[in-house]
Amino acid sequence: MKNREKTRKLSIGRLLVYVFLSLAALLSLFPFYWMFVMATSPSSAYNSIPPTIKPGNLLVENFKKVLNQIDFFQSMWNSFVVCAVVTLVVLFISSLAGFAFAKFQFRGKNILFAGILLTMIIPPQLGLIPQYFLISKAGMLDTLPGVMILFFLNPLGIFLMRQYISESVPDELIEAAKLDGCSNFRIYRSLILPIVLPAFATLGIIVFTASWGEFLWQFTVLRDPENYTIQVALAQLSNTRNVDFGMIMSGVFWATVPLLLVFLFFNRLFISSITDGSVK
Amino acid sequence: MDPVKVNPVHNGVKVRKKRYRTEAKKDMISGYLYIAPFFIIFAVIGLYPVLFSIYLGFQKWNGLSPMTFVGLDNFKLVLTDPLFWKSVYNTIVMGIMGTAPQLVFGIIFAYLLNLAFLKFKNFFRVTIFMPYITSMVAVALIFSVLFSDHESSLANYVLSLAGLDPVHWGSSEWGTKIAISIMVFWRWVGYNTIIYLAGIQSIPNDLYEAATIDGANKFQQLLHITMPMLKPFIVLTVFTSTVGALQLFSEPTVFLGTSAFTRDEAMTIVMYLYRDAFKLQSFGTASATAIILLVLISAFAAINVFLTSGIGRKRRKGQ
Repeated sequence: MKNREKTRKLSIGRLLVYVFLSLAALLSLFPFYWMFVMATSPSSAYNSIPPTIKPGNLLVENFKKVLNQIDFFQSMWNSFVVCAVVTLVVLFISSLAGFAFAKFQFRGKNILFAGILLTMIIPPQLGLIPQYFLISKAGMLDTLPGVMILFFLNPLGIFLMRQYISESVPDELIEAAKLDGCSNFRIYRSLILPIVLPAFATLGIIVFTASWGEFLWQFTVLRDPENYTIQVALAQLSNTRNVDFGMIMSGVFWATVPLLLVFLFFNRLFISSITDGSVK
Repeated sequence: MDPVKVNPVHNGVKVRKKRYRTEAKKDMISGYLYIAPFFIIFAVIGLYPVLFSIYLGFQKWNGLSPMTFVGLDNFKLVLTDPLFWKSVYNTIVMGIMGTAPQLVFGIIFAYLLNLAFLKFKNFFRVTIFMPYITSMVAVALIFSVLFSDHESSLANYVLSLAGLDPVHWGSSEWGTKIAISIMVFWRWVGYNTIIYLAGIQSIPNDLYEAATIDGANKFQQLLHITMPMLKPFIVLTVFTSTVGALQLFSEPTVFLGTSAFTRDEAMTIVMYLYRDAFKLQSFGTASATAIILLVLISAFAAINVFLTSGIGRKRRKGQ
């Protein structure tokens, strides 16, 4: 008797959990869906009461209007180049430094590591003005390398890599490689790199999306529409006098879809490496 | 340092001692070499600009003519500007409204997403995390349509269903703040959830087993095991959220579009700084604002971390 009561109570609890999570998932996904609805509807759909919630058939037309406003494909390509280079450089710098902090003994190690973490509290805006003049003096204003260089600094990456390497690479393995006469860099290349690959998926997605979505620095450095990254280009869409919501959402939609596809493709790797990476 | 201590595996193997001494030296050089790239780049584009900014905070400069030393004048100008204080107020209000609920919901989501009986785990995890993948500019544009002033905007339509009057989301004091806070919440809650999820999964299972044997119910387990063990993760997220919240820029700038820098309902500290530097060419006061921002961030981060690291301590004492 008592047992049955308990299971019924539990299943109501379980049902509530599902209802709550489904609601959260719905709210999470709705803006994406609605972005699609607007991207396929005429601008007038936006004025209708009640609001349109069914997709229209202007997917192509709206996108053509975007192409009239901004150089969409060039901007996407620029963003892609910036993010790819930044991600590769950060993965390299972080894994190398993470390896050193995890496995080597050298004087000042802990202070230097704490110093790296401390740089996280410096607001990026504090350096903004001198960085702007520095980039302009180096002739990198309004260029993609000028955009990239700021993102090469990633203290979080070093932190994550140090944690990962010190947990997943046994000291004995390194000792054995050394006895075999491996140089330290050789150990990094053929021993550490393959082991940290799963962590690269996590850090890679974090770095890629962060630099993809960054706005302030790109907005400050880039002037010529030809050099715009997609974020700067998108921000221009709403600056026109007659705001065309179908057009704006179409731009946002096509700029978001590739990123979502990449994420959905890698998500198993990504979420499991975050949640399984920690010690159990 | 004695290398034998570092590698306990080889404790007592005397034969290799000499070899180790040169090994240790090699490791030391490698160590410095491998961390050098970060520090070199940091020196050029991190440290130097920050120091220069601090120097600039005491100069009057429009970017072209020579600088003139003005002492604390820039700070005086900024600190007596009502618009600056308005931007501080806006930043703090939107920071609290946008991030505090995130941390609470993040823990709830993480707890639920880790329940053993839950099916479609991965689906829920991915959907809740997905908003983080979109860029802030995209989010701001989507929400500027969802929350537009127009009576027919979806947000106002929902309000009208509840019998409420439409809100001027883009032009009223609270409308703007609420819309921006919801935007921040929507984009970041999944990110914090994933961090808490990682934290929850790092808690050893035997703790729960022992508690179950001792007769603790699920809620007691949540309160006395999950929460205290999550503490480092809570401290981390509170720290990063505080720092992030005080740097709010993209959302209001894109949400308000062309009028972003001329109106004050959603002017944040960084927008104030940006406006001084790149709209008014007043680089001295902008740098002073940046220094004040650094002080504010350090102070808030320290207070918040202090408060959150108290969570577990009190409980332990009470037990």
